Amino acid sequence: MTNEHSFAALEINGLEKTYNNGFQALKGISLNVKAGDFFALLGPNGAGKSTTIGVICSLVSKTAGQVSVFGHNIDTHFTEAKQCIGVVPQEFNFNQFEKVLDIVITQGGYYGLPRRVALERAEKYLRLLDLWDMRGMVSRTLSGGMKRRLMIARALVHEPKLLILDEPTAGVDIELRRSMWEFLEKVNATGTTIILTTHYLEEAESLCRNIAIIDAGTIIENTSMKALLRKLTREVFVLDTKEGISTELKLPGFVFRLMDEHCFEVEVDQHQTLNQLFELLAEQGITITSMRNKANRLEEMFVSVLNAPDDSEANDSEVDSSTTQAKGAAV
Amino acid sequence: MNMLGQWIAFKTIVYREIRRFLRIWVQTLVPPAITIALYFVIFGSLIGSRIGDMGGFDYMQFVVPGLIMMAIIQNAYGNVVSSFFGTKFQRNIEEMLVAPVKEITILLGYVVGGMTRGLAVGGIVTVLALFFTDLNVHNWWVTISMVFLTALVFSLAGFINAIFAESFDDISIIPTFVLTPMIYLGGIFYSVDLLPEFWANVSLVNPILYMVNGFRFGILGASDVGILQAYVMLLLFVAIGFSSALYLLTRAERLRS
Ligand SMILES: Nc1ncnc2c1ncn2[C@@H]1O[C@H](COP(=O)(O)OP(=O)(O)OP(=O)(O)O)[C@@H](O)[C@H]1O
Ligand SMILES: [Mg+2]
Repeated sequence: MTNEHSFAALEINGLEKTYNNGFQALKGISLNVKAGDFFALLGPNGAGKSTTIGVICSLVSKTAGQVSVFGHNIDTHFTEAKQCIGVVPQEFNFNQFEKVLDIVITQGGYYGLPRRVALERAEKYLRLLDLWDMRGMVSRTLSGGMKRRLMIARALVHEPKLLILDEPTAGVDIELRRSMWEFLEKVNATGTTIILTTHYLEEAESLCRNIAIIDAGTIIENTSMKALLRKLTREVFVLDTKEGISTELKLPGFVFRLMDEHCFEVEVDQHQTLNQLFELLAEQGITITSMRNKANRLEEMFVSVLNAPDDSEANDSEVDSSTTQAKGAAV
Repeated sequence: MNMLGQWIAFKTIVYREIRRFLRIWVQTLVPPAITIALYFVIFGSLIGSRIGDMGGFDYMQFVVPGLIMMAIIQNAYGNVVSSFFGTKFQRNIEEMLVAPVKEITILLGYVVGGMTRGLAVGGIVTVLALFFTDLNVHNWWVTISMVFLTALVFSLAGFINAIFAESFDDISIIPTFVLTPMIYLGGIFYSVDLLPEFWANVSLVNPILYMVNGFRFGILGASDVGILQAYVMLLLFVAIGFSSALYLLTRAERLRS
């Protein structure tokens, strides 16, 4: 047995996928995820995230390229590779007519776990995911959030070293989302590498250490979350004022826009400070009652990166905030 | 995954298949029992008494082995085709594809599941038959091996049907247009001696003829075809069915995108 610790959890080289209808979903992707990492794969709808995950877990056949999981090539050492991976797919794919406990135990059986072990693990993970009381329910009758958690329990039954989640929190309420995050952080803390895709950038920002952004089948950014956020050149703030403001408002050097009589938006780029802004406002006798970020910081980053795929360092001053918002919402 | 792992995965699939048909027993076990019981009443008791001898036996005795075989064939086939197609349709086949289960393990799991259903229904029907006639088994070995081989062949056939099937229509077209004519023309209700020579020869390419006659030989000690020939043909169908099913599953372009 090779020492799996010396290998990356996931190594993808030149991965291409052309579907049978001739559509090229992946145009030569390379990625490296370190063992123990918490990794985000981000991208707009149709970017190729699920396709990439499908290839990694043998659900989609690849057209070209190499994929290794903890050093096991998925073509030549598929048994070992598959044992390392647990996957939570984007869409529900369990048998709707089976009971919760049966689904998890059966999955254990597919991985060769003796029934007794599968039962112990099923109990452990169903309890951790608050599903133990539902173990006798037919899966069809679970709520959407419970179904997601069932798929997480199912993915963990063979205790994989790499857990891949394709939009695990889609359609999950905020409270449950936060408890899922805590759960995933605990799983990661025990040494399990986690890769997730999400459309909630807040989720990526608060959970993940490293990130790749994929767009139209190409990786356009692959870096640490911190480095990515450092690239943020501009933030948009929304300020509410006590006094009514009019077109007479003067903020030389700042790009701003009046929203209504008591509210305006202002862009602050990396060379400007909030002190400068507040001095200018004070001079005009304007009192600020509240202030907030227009959008999640990562969301802004995301949009700017997507808009400037050739030059990710590019100043994004041409992106106006209405597009930011529109795109941000669509992400 | 080692042999033990594959064995566990195999058992998992078989249990899951058995759980499935027991869960929906009203659809899987009851209707065939009722249908076959009706055949017993109509062909055996009501009409049969007027038909007189068939192949040297009274008609009820002649037709019962064929009807038991019919139940086994339809249920082994039906179980695998609907279960495997359902697995594809609901996409829970992905649960097996992401795990290190070998294709041959998947195939054997489904096939044994289908055989179990076929044999379960066969058993029920046999018990019902005892209300209508006496069954004295002439040769247990032949009887039991014929039952197993038949269930095996039609489980494999159901599996192949399900691999190709892309819609619910596809899983009823073959049973309706191929399987049913084969069953009715397979010598269940009549002895092929009654057919004109040409049609009797055509019947010889029908696998069901060998199964029904082999089984009838096991029970009654008489058959339209040679028993050795029946075994050779059945083993041939098993070999063809098994290798095609495995080949199709391994290629599996229809399962993976
Ligand atoms: N089976 C298929 N046949 C043909 N094209 C496909 C198939 N599956 C996906 N595609 C196409 O490949 C592209 C990438 O799809 P994919 O599901 O990987 O995107 P995604 O990044 O996961 O998007 P989302 O965020 O919406 O889940 C899309 O344009 C999609 O239409
Ligand atoms: Mg997707």
